[in-house]
Amino acid sequence: MVDEALKADLQKRGIFVASFEDLYNWGRKSSLWPLQFGLACCAIEMIATAAARFDLARFGAEVFRPSPRQADLMIIAGTVTKKMAPLVVRLYNQMPEPKYVIAMGACAISGGPFKEGYNVLKGIDRYIPVDVAIPGCPPRPEALLEGLVKLQEKIQAQRLFGPNRARHTDTCEAGDYPVPTYGAHDLEPPLNPQVFQPAPARKDLE
Amino acid sequence: MNVTLDGETVVKLQPVFGYLHRNHEKIAEGNSWLAAVPYTDRLDYICPLTNNWAYTLAVETLAGLEVPERAEYIRIITAELTRLQNHVAFMGFILADMGAWGSALMYAFREREKILDLFEALTGARMMCNYMRFGGCRCDLPSGWLESAGQLVEGFPAFLDEMEALLTGNEILLARLQGVAPLTPERAINGGLSGPILRAAGVDYDIRKVDNYGLYSRFKFRVPRGRVGDCYDRFMIRVLEARESVEILKQALVGIPDGPVVNPKAKQRGFRPPAGEAYGRIEGPKGELGFYLISDGSDRPYRFRVRPPSLINLTLLEELCLGTKIADVMVILGSIDIVLGEVDR
Repeated sequence: MVDEALKADLQKRGIFVASFEDLYNWGRKSSLWPLQFGLACCAIEMIATAAARFDLARFGAEVFRPSPRQADLMIIAGTVTKKMAPLVVRLYNQMPEPKYVIAMGACAISGGPFKEGYNVLKGIDRYIPVDVAIPGCPPRPEALLEGLVKLQEKIQAQRLFGPNRARHTDTCEAGDYPVPTYGAHDLEPPLNPQVFQPAPARKDLE
Repeated sequence: MNVTLDGETVVKLQPVFGYLHRNHEKIAEGNSWLAAVPYTDRLDYICPLTNNWAYTLAVETLAGLEVPERAEYIRIITAELTRLQNHVAFMGFILADMGAWGSALMYAFREREKILDLFEALTGARMMCNYMRFGGCRCDLPSGWLESAGQLVEGFPAFLDEMEALLTGNEILLARLQGVAPLTPERAINGGLSGPILRAAGVDYDIRKVDNYGLYSRFKFRVPRGRVGDCYDRFMIRVLEARESVEILKQALVGIPDGPVVNPKAKQRGFRPPAGEAYGRIEGPKGELGFYLISDGSDRPYRFRVRPPSLINLTLLEELCLGTKIADVMVILGSIDIVLGEVDR
C-alpha cells in the first residue's frame, strides 16, 4: 500500500495514486445499472427517486435496464408473492456477475404488512442473497438513496484477491440459485438453506 | 399477458394476473375494522386517500355515522388532490408506454411531488397516508396548509397548459393515440366499466354527480365526456378532469368551515358496527371504487369485499386489443390506467 502522506502530497501536484482494487471498485460502484423492474407500491417510490427531484443520476445509478443481462443491481421494490418469487429468482440468475440486491421495503424484507397473507413470500432473502435491506413502507426516496450509498460503500470495500475476496471473483462459487416451483401447499423448497441464514433469536431480550 | 400474434396483429390476448395477490380481503377479515384502513392505502397505491374514503364511507353507511362538515371538506380537498396527482402520473406513464421514457415522466413527477408534499404535511406520509377515520379524519389541517394548497391549485393550470402545449398537439402522440381502440358507449356500459374510460366513451356517468356522496352537490363542476372513445379521448379526459378538479379545489379551499374534524360519537378502537351489510362507493380517479362490507356485530368484518375499478376496466382489454398492432397493446393498457395492487388485491 502507498503511504497516505505521500499520496496526499502527490495529490497536491495533480498525481493520483490508487491501488488497482480501489480504482476498479470505484468504477464499479459509480455506475451501477439497476434492473428496471418493480413489484408494488415501492416501485412508485423508486420511480420518484429516479425522477427529477431526488435524481438517482447523482449517484450514477440512473440507467435502468429492462434486461437482466445488462443489469448489475436488482432493486426488489415491493411485495414478492409466491407466484412472483420463481420469476424474481430466475431474473436474478440471469444477471451477470458481479451482481447485487437491494431489498426495498418491509414486504421484500419480511413480507411486511402482508406477512399473514397466504400468498406472500416472507422475505426474498429466503432464495437470493440480499446486500442491503431498506426498511419502510414504502421507504422514502432519501432512504433508497441512503441504501444505494451503503451498497457503494460495500462495493468499495470488496477485495478482489486474497482470502476474503468477493464472492463473484471465485469461479467455483455458484452465481445462480435453484428456482423454486409450486408445490402442493407452498413453494418447493420453502427456502434455500444455503442463502437463508437468519441470525439466531437473541435470548437476552426475553 | 399472453398475446397471440399474426404477423404484428393481435389475434388473441389473455391477461394473466395474480402476481400481486396480497390477500387484502382475507387479512382485513382477520383484523379489526380500524386495522383495515392502512391496508386500503395499499390497494391503489397511487391514490391512497380516495381508497381511505371509500372504505370509511362504507363503514359510515353501515353504522349510520354522521361526518362533520369540516371533515367532508377535507375529504373532498384530499380526494381531488389525489385525483390530480393520479392523472398527472397517468400522463407521464402513458408517454413512457409510448416510448417517450424520461422527459414526460420527469415533468409529471415534478408536479406530483408538490402534491405529495401537501399529503406529507397533513398526514405524515408521502404515499401511505392512513388518514381517514370512521366519522371524519385523523387530525386537523396543520397551520398554513390551506395557503400552500391554494398556491399549488393556483399554479396547477399553468402546469396543465405546459403539458398540453408539449403533448396534445404533438404529431407523434396523435398518430399513436387517435383512432386506436375505439370503444362504443354500449360496449363500455355492458362491460361494466367506470371512471374516465367510461366517460371517454361518451357516457355521462360520474358517481360524484349520481350519488352526491360527501358534499359534492354543493360544488359546481362539469363532467367531461369523449366522443370517439379511442386512446386519445382517454388521454384527454384526464387532462380535462384535472382541470375540473382544480375548479372543485378552488371552491373547497374558500368554503371550508371551522369545526371538529371527527364525529365525537364515533369509536375508533374496538369499533363494533351493528350487524348488517353496506356498500359504499366513490368516484375514484380510476373509476368506481366500492367496498362491500358485512358485519355480524363483532369487532371484525365478516366479509370485506373490494370492487376495484382497475380489475373491471381491465376485463375489456382483449376486446380493445384485437386487431391492433402489437406496439399499440402497451398504449391501450396504459390508457386504461390500471394499478396492479388493485387488480390482484
